Amino acid sequence: MNNYQKWVAFDTILRRELRRFMRIWPQTLLPPVITIILYFVIFGQLIGARIGTMSGLPYIQFVAPGLIMMSVITNSYSNVVSSFFGSKFQRNIEELLVSPTPNWIILLGYVAGGMCRGLGVGAIVTVLSLYFADFSIHSLPITIAIVLMTSLMFSLAGLINAIFAASFDDISIIPTFVLTPLTYLGGVFYSIDLLSDFWRNLSMINPVLYMVNAFRYGIAGITDINIFWSFGMVGLFSMVLFFSALRLLENGSRLRS
Amino acid sequence: MVTLTKRLPHHQIWMKHLNSKKQPALSIKNLTKVYDDSFQALKGIDLDVAQGDFFALLGPNGAGKSTTIGIICSLVRKTSGSVTIFGHDIDEDFSTAKQYVGVVPQEFNFNQFEKPIDILVAQAGYFGIVAKVALERAEKYLKQLGLWERRNDLSRNLSGGMKRRLMIARALIHEPRLLVLDEPTAGVDIELRRSMWEFLKEINQQGTTIILTTHYLEEAESLCRNIAIIDHGTIVKNTSIKALLKQLNRETFIFDTRQELSSCPVITDYPVTLVDSHSIEIEVLKTQSINEVFVALSDQNIDVISMRNKSNRLEELFFDMVEKNLSAKTVGQNDE
Repeated sequence: MNNYQKWVAFDTILRRELRRFMRIWPQTLLPPVITIILYFVIFGQLIGARIGTMSGLPYIQFVAPGLIMMSVITNSYSNVVSSFFGSKFQRNIEELLVSPTPNWIILLGYVAGGMCRGLGVGAIVTVLSLYFADFSIHSLPITIAIVLMTSLMFSLAGLINAIFAASFDDISIIPTFVLTPLTYLGGVFYSIDLLSDFWRNLSMINPVLYMVNAFRYGIAGITDINIFWSFGMVGLFSMVLFFSALRLLENGSRLRS
Repeated sequence: MVTLTKRLPHHQIWMKHLNSKKQPALSIKNLTKVYDDSFQALKGIDLDVAQGDFFALLGPNGAGKSTTIGIICSLVRKTSGSVTIFGHDIDEDFSTAKQYVGVVPQEFNFNQFEKPIDILVAQAGYFGIVAKVALERAEKYLKQLGLWERRNDLSRNLSGGMKRRLMIARALIHEPRLLVLDEPTAGVDIELRRSMWEFLKEINQQGTTIILTTHYLEEAESLCRNIAIIDHGTIVKNTSIKALLKQLNRETFIFDTRQELSSCPVITDYPVTLVDSHSIEIEVLKTQSINEVFVALSDQNIDVISMRNKSNRLEELFFDMVEKNLSAKTVGQNDE
């Protein structure tokens, strides 16, 4: 396969992914938007008005970046995990496995699909958040870089989950018991300065904390942790996940008999 | 010197062309497969399929047919041995080898929520074929296989036969030189099966090498030129259909009679069995003449109104070989 053919294969996988989540938009695009609106109404306007400020910001402005990032994380992850596992379940992943498409192109195609959905929902939520909160962008390059890296990282994690999954239960266990707690405890709704030393130190092993803080820095200019650390950690996690996913595809683990 | 340097590339190209013509479409050497549960599906099989052949791979359930096909199209990882497709090793040159193969699996393996046209164009894309060309080819194959009118329906709404034809169209979309079909007509009605046979014959006549596994031995007999019988992970026979049928030394015919038969007629040297009051079975050796049977029946005032083979000729050989293989294994086990 020459480079142009590889590009065609990548483009095909990506278009198929885009078509998939656009076709079922009431399942893929609408629910996260409604959920985030509810978060803004309840935590931002109703409860947030009584909380006052957090790290020097009105509470709604404090939670807005976290809520945007939460929607990017969950949608990037769930798009890849459900699409890839669905292909495994229906066995149409074999269409790709019998083709000369290299594994790294398969990986990039699915991950790009996940990123498109994650970033698309993130963009919709950002536009909606402007209705509830006033905020300006502190640093556009940092905001864009961290949101891209976060989406990439969770798309890769979703792919690994899908490769290992043997049943539909397996693709809901990780989001329910790992992803949701990590997101809720990742500084979306509070500053880790409010925590005791033990819980603060424990929070430092949560990768979501780094992403939310770097994103909040990009938008509002405040952060609980050094943003270079944030980029370093997200970059490291992404690289580990990328090579792990690629190795799993190369080995054919749980894909080929 | 100048002439030589000019002629050398042409010579090399010509030699390459000659060599590529000689190369088998598929060459399998000492192929083994042991699954994770220690089940040995293939025990070192060797198989060559010539370019342009229509080849049947037969065997009972669990014999190793699907494992062999799975390895050829890289859905199953081999334990040892080598597989080359038109001279390209599936390990060392997987990209080229895969370009040459189209596969129609036994079970439906497409996204049931996609349209046939989208499935075909996407499959072409995975082989690096641009959408414009893919759409032209999709139209060609969907029309040839009678699916063009249903191109925009959800695939899950297609009938079983249509789904099978969709998989054939998908396997052909990148115009492979080797088409592998794993029981393509399973569950397909007779009329559709015949039309699929015609289509496959046409594809083969145009130069595509076809390997077919099937449970319908009549299918293998009427389509294929060469045959391999696989059983318990070993090739027990690899020959031409003609040569195989020559080995058949006895056939059983069923004669339907006009008169009601109260007892079984007796014909010297021909074993006769009464099936029911209007039909009898008669075994005829290759060295005997069927005319003698007609004469004998006529002498007994029995009118024959029709006659047919009891079973497919290849079927008789197939069961004979598989049974022999099984009894040889049983003897071997007893010896141990």
